[in-house]
Amino acid sequence: MSQDPLEGCRISAGKKSAVSLGKALHPPNLLVVVEGTCGACVAASPVSAPEGSCSYNVAHHHLCVCVRVCMAWQGLQKGETLASLKQESENLRRKLEEERGKLTDVELHQVAEKVETVAALSIKTRRVLKGHGNKVLSMDWCKDKRRLVSSSQDGKVIVWDAFTLNKEHGITLPCTWVMACAYAPSGCAVACGGLDNKCSVVPLSLDRNENVTAKKKSVAMHTNYVSGCSFTNSDMQLLTSSGDGTCALWDVESGQLLQSFHGHTADVLSLDLAPSETGNTFVSGGCDMKANVWDMRSGQNIQSFDNHQSDINCVKYYPSGDAFASASDDATCRFYDLRADREVAVYQKDSIIFGASSVDFSLSGRLLFAGYNDYTINVWDVLKGTRVSVLFGHENRVSRVRVSPDGTALCSASWDNTLRVSRT
Amino acid sequence: MTIRTARPNRGQHVPPRMHCLKKLEAIVVEMQDPKNGVKNSVQKLNVTTIPHAAAGNDIIAWINTKMKTTVEEAQVFGTMLVAYGYIYPLKNHNKLVMCNDSSLYRFQTPYFWPTQKWVPEDSDYAIYLAKRNIRKKGQLEPYEQTHYNHLHEWLNHKWEFIVMQATEQYKAGRDRNKPDRVIFDCQERAYWMVNRPPVSLWLFVRGLVCTHQWLLVKKNVFYQQAIMRSKVKSSVSLGALVKYITTYKNHDPFLAPCQPMLSPDAPTKMRVERWSFSLFELLTDLRGRDDFKIFLKKEFSGENLAFWEAAEELKWGTASSMSTKAETIFKTFLAPGAPRWINIDGRTMGLTVKGLEHPHRYVLEAAQTHVFLLMKKDTFFRYLKSPTYKEIQKKALSPETHSFSPAQLQQNAQNRSPGIHPIILWQQEEEEKAKAAAASAPVDVKAVMSKIDRKK
Repeated sequence: MSQDPLEGCRISAGKKSAVSLGKALHPPNLLVVVEGTCGACVAASPVSAPEGSCSYNVAHHHLCVCVRVCMAWQGLQKGETLASLKQESENLRRKLEEERGKLTDVELHQVAEKVETVAALSIKTRRVLKGHGNKVLSMDWCKDKRRLVSSSQDGKVIVWDAFTLNKEHGITLPCTWVMACAYAPSGCAVACGGLDNKCSVVPLSLDRNENVTAKKKSVAMHTNYVSGCSFTNSDMQLLTSSGDGTCALWDVESGQLLQSFHGHTADVLSLDLAPSETGNTFVSGGCDMKANVWDMRSGQNIQSFDNHQSDINCVKYYPSGDAFASASDDATCRFYDLRADREVAVYQKDSIIFGASSVDFSLSGRLLFAGYNDYTINVWDVLKGTRVSVLFGHENRVSRVRVSPDGTALCSASWDNTLRVSRT
Repeated sequence: MTIRTARPNRGQHVPPRMHCLKKLEAIVVEMQDPKNGVKNSVQKLNVTTIPHAAAGNDIIAWINTKMKTTVEEAQVFGTMLVAYGYIYPLKNHNKLVMCNDSSLYRFQTPYFWPTQKWVPEDSDYAIYLAKRNIRKKGQLEPYEQTHYNHLHEWLNHKWEFIVMQATEQYKAGRDRNKPDRVIFDCQERAYWMVNRPPVSLWLFVRGLVCTHQWLLVKKNVFYQQAIMRSKVKSSVSLGALVKYITTYKNHDPFLAPCQPMLSPDAPTKMRVERWSFSLFELLTDLRGRDDFKIFLKKEFSGENLAFWEAAEELKWGTASSMSTKAETIFKTFLAPGAPRWINIDGRTMGLTVKGLEHPHRYVLEAAQTHVFLLMKKDTFFRYLKSPTYKEIQKKALSPETHSFSPAQLQQNAQNRSPGIHPIILWQQEEEEKAKAAAASAPVDVKAVMSKIDRKK
């Protein structure tokens, strides 16, 4: 492997050729983006492949070549061949499985035998929030436990008071499909984003007549749709996930990118911040069927779980921060133990064949609420793995379920244009 | 067909490219309409005549009339159709453009359309190349030969299977009649031209090899880190999860109903009980944090919590305020002889002070963790046994459980006031913080002296 990072970029094919160096994403790697004409066609267009992809697989004839060059990668000797690397990969994978196996001395259902069963729940819908003109895609509670923000396909973001059903603010975004919205911890702003590839922060005001949309500020810029967003412990930082396969941490005031997280090989659909006292990690799930745990400081992927068989739609931390759950299009929800580094439970039933779109835990972590594409919400017993209850009422698929911060109510947003607040 | 195995319809997450391709497809179908579609021509190949061809200028003329565009636009549109593989040229099969002349094109079979969900994989390509090799040995283009050699090495473990498949397909192909065979060959060749475009040899191979190697190296590093990471026995971690659930069982409104609403002033017994679960719970509840501060004041050890709060503010604050905050923290807590000097071990202090030369968001991480652990292991337990905590436990309300009928509940809800808006609360908090900061600012001796002088 040559030391010259530009070797391999002198293109001989095509009439025009220009080489531009991408930013050094994670030293000592370099991403080289190449523009040029294809020997097979006339048009030329710039091209860049997302990190980690095999560029030659891109079925786009405008792509001449996108070469990824490793500069002085420690350990990649000249003599290492693909075959030896593959062999090493297999050995390491087997060793990891072995290590994990040694520590698996008990299963969750065995531990759960000593715990008493959950009494039958009777959860009723107490409020129906009507007002959106199209599918409601996302919602989030405010820390004051009564306000919530919701976003829909028609580009509207509404801040509601869940007790009185008042609509406090209405924000209109120029794009449709606002897939992500979040309430700031202070309660003074909301963030929203979607197909416009941006995530914007809108400061709320007490003055009803003020046009809040005018004060909207673009914070995050991605190269594909924004699928999820969340404030960190303060209003000043925003964490976003995007269809371009990356997650990113932004400084709200300046719009500066503080850290980016690369590792997913497909769209990232969901993220959740750890509630632990250190609060330095978050988990993300994507269309590559993987759930990754990241360190916010270094941008490194510290743990990865690939047990699902289809796109992961939603990930959520357990209240103590030592575990998390995921919901996927393969109609299962899974529970992962972070300290033991493995999946410990799968929540599925033969009668459930439609994908799960969203999950959330109750306050104690005993119940897992999961919204499905068959218009229902199933309530699972986290320890025993059984289904405790089913909630009906929505007339289209459930896109998001969230338990209020004090654990008293569950809000579900759906494609039937309504939100429902339920409690026992 | 089971719904589970079919690729899910990502209705709300349709990648933009698919949108365009679906529109293109609708047009391509129209073009092939026998009555209103493009005019048909025939391709003459030596002796045989193969139908279902169309001349470039006919296609462009059709697009022109249909979309009411100029000839240039129609040509660009036609080129797009060729580029994505819906139409392929019969002569010059490696130049994927639409020319406005009599050169012939044919429509690609829907099986090979890009919107079909199957991805053009290496093994499929290997089978295709092997088949070509069987038919005409040594007739592969140079770039195809390189691909073939590379795939032979990369897919060596499956090579027998690939050759077997290729032979089967070749035999099946021989049974077709000539025009069909020619058409199918052209279609397949066009499909692979779109999905494996010819590029500069050396570059391509380099790129391939580099990418594969790089990905594997990265994966190996990840595995090594995963193996080295400390893991806990399942019995321990699962036991901890169960313990958490049991501790919070009575506080979960879905499991133990009739939880009355929290009022902002006097805390309830349940809330006070929750503070005893962990230091994290105590600090997260601002009321609890205030109570803890009262206790610390009595013990004259408030600087630990103050430092922790300041470090949190630094971590989550705006990027622009970082250096000023770091400086204030250093002056207040870490400098020798500082007014609120925190007692941490020498090594951590050394690291932190060194880090503060070039302050960044996480510079106080080590010190903050140390202080938090100190509070957690020592101060927190003393607090729980202290008279301060016991007093607040006594004062805590045990509100009676109401038994309102559903109608009454509804009315109560409707009549409920909006409560204090979070924005107002936040403004009040900021004001209080400013006052507290002003009050605890180090006394300026000179100012005091000058005041005394003036009084004299």
